[in-house]
Amino acid sequence: MSEPILDIRGLEKTYKGGVKALDGVDLTIKRGEIFALLGPNGAGKTTLIGSVCGMVRPTGGSITAFGMDLAKHWKQVRRDIGLVPQELSFDMFDKVIRQVRYSRGMFGCAPDEKRIEEVLRSLSLWDKRDAAIRELSGGMKRRVMIAKALAHDPQLLFLDEPTAGVDVELRRDMWRQIDALRERGTTIILTTHYIEEAEEMADRVGVINKGRILLVDEKDAIMAKLGRTEAHFTFDAPLAEIPASLSDYPVHLERGGTCLVYRGGDGTGQGKRDVAEIAHTMTREGIVFTGMETRESTLEDIFVDLLNEPEVTA
Amino acid sequence: MTFNARGAFAIFENELMRMFRTAFGSIASPVITTSLYLVVFGAAIGSRMELPGGTDYASFIVPGLLMLTLLTESTSNASFGIYMPKFTGAIYELLSAPVGVAETLIGFVGAAAVKSLILAVVILGTAALIVDYQLQHPVYAFFYILLVAATFSLLGFIIGLWADGFEKLQIVPLLIIMPLTFLGGTFYSLDMLGEPWRSIAMVNPVVYLVNGLRWTFLGQSDFPIAISLAATLGFLLVCIGIIAWIFKTGWRLRE
Repeated sequence: MSEPILDIRGLEKTYKGGVKALDGVDLTIKRGEIFALLGPNGAGKTTLIGSVCGMVRPTGGSITAFGMDLAKHWKQVRRDIGLVPQELSFDMFDKVIRQVRYSRGMFGCAPDEKRIEEVLRSLSLWDKRDAAIRELSGGMKRRVMIAKALAHDPQLLFLDEPTAGVDVELRRDMWRQIDALRERGTTIILTTHYIEEAEEMADRVGVINKGRILLVDEKDAIMAKLGRTEAHFTFDAPLAEIPASLSDYPVHLERGGTCLVYRGGDGTGQGKRDVAEIAHTMTREGIVFTGMETRESTLEDIFVDLLNEPEVTA
Repeated sequence: MTFNARGAFAIFENELMRMFRTAFGSIASPVITTSLYLVVFGAAIGSRMELPGGTDYASFIVPGLLMLTLLTESTSNASFGIYMPKFTGAIYELLSAPVGVAETLIGFVGAAAVKSLILAVVILGTAALIVDYQLQHPVYAFFYILLVAATFSLLGFIIGLWADGFEKLQIVPLLIIMPLTFLGGTFYSLDMLGEPWRSIAMVNPVVYLVNGLRWTFLGQSDFPIAISLAATLGFLLVCIGIIAWIFKTGWRLRE
């Protein structure tokens, strides 16, 4: 495995009031991946990002980025890190292009109008380059935030709730932008409330709650490990008990015996095979069911389950 | 990467551009105020004032008025410059960028000091239309103005970091600096004060600043220029020390 682009060990942050926002976070980010950090409000996502990006002073642990200790080589490290914060934060009265140039300069890059134009065009902002930011729509303002973060061509990009409060169309558009960044080799860490976003975009997913990482794994592996299939067979005539031939399956009866519920599988397709076999067995034994519904659990289901079982660890 | 010169320049340029966007208010206002002082105190009342040594009163108050503008504008510009990103949240970019205390100071304080210098030139040009003042040591005057502008821009920067609301931003310039400047010999020579007021005035640090600048204009002041220079330089170093501490500890900057 190539050297991780970011390696966080035992990171802790206790705020003055005594609130422990990060409680021994260990996290390794691979070069070129899109990593989605999921967690409820107050879980520690923004504190974690702030610790890497310089807005928060950790009270313990270490951060290594690009093979360098952030505490010792913060200037070199930060040169290659970009951040799109959750809030729209810029000089609203300034022009779009000037703000993007400003960001590029602040990160120590030589002026490069061609690159600025590329960034603005890629975000459909070129036509608005001379507009004052306050005149833009909310979605366009968010693009300006991204343009500012990309102006210095960071290798590692943090997107803190990039699509919070934007409409569906713009969200899809943002996803395309993020995908384009991945194509260019940019490593992306995004926090989001939209599990769908993580499902759509991420290579790996981490779940954080109460300042602790509960789980980190490949998205597909999480689905395989924690994913479930749920099937409901309905009957006109209620069953008195679970047929003996189905006793090995994780099934139970509901609604007075008029519904047989299966919950099982591992996200690799075993659940679907089980459901097919149950249907086949019941048909073979003359148990007539009048309806069948199946549903695969989503990342959201897994996320909610994890938060309800805080002792689960990676 | 040691010193991020491009980063420092980007902040400096951005701050200057921000100031130029509000050029009318930020330059016209102090120019008009200073002109009014000169007309009222210099031309109207000044003709009836007699100063020790027979110096023309209007000429006498030009350096004092310039100092009044320098102190209030340098403080306000620098405090506003760093407070606004804090207020809007745009400070995240400064904190996440590879810029340290040196780059930040050169950017923010440099821009505020340059603006003060531009203001000083405009005010002196305007004053020349109203008053026939002398400028005996123009080179000393330039460097002294630069030193005062830089020092009070540093103070403004500290105020901007300290302030957690617009009210606090105004407290120091309006309630401390302006009264101290008015009582610091802007409109009178300390020789005109009797005891105990003369002794009391000696503890006002602005007295030394006004007298230092007055010496560069008139070639005479209540104290030797060395005292004024030492006081200003001392204050400059204290401000730099405080800012270095702020960056080291993250006070009011980082959580």
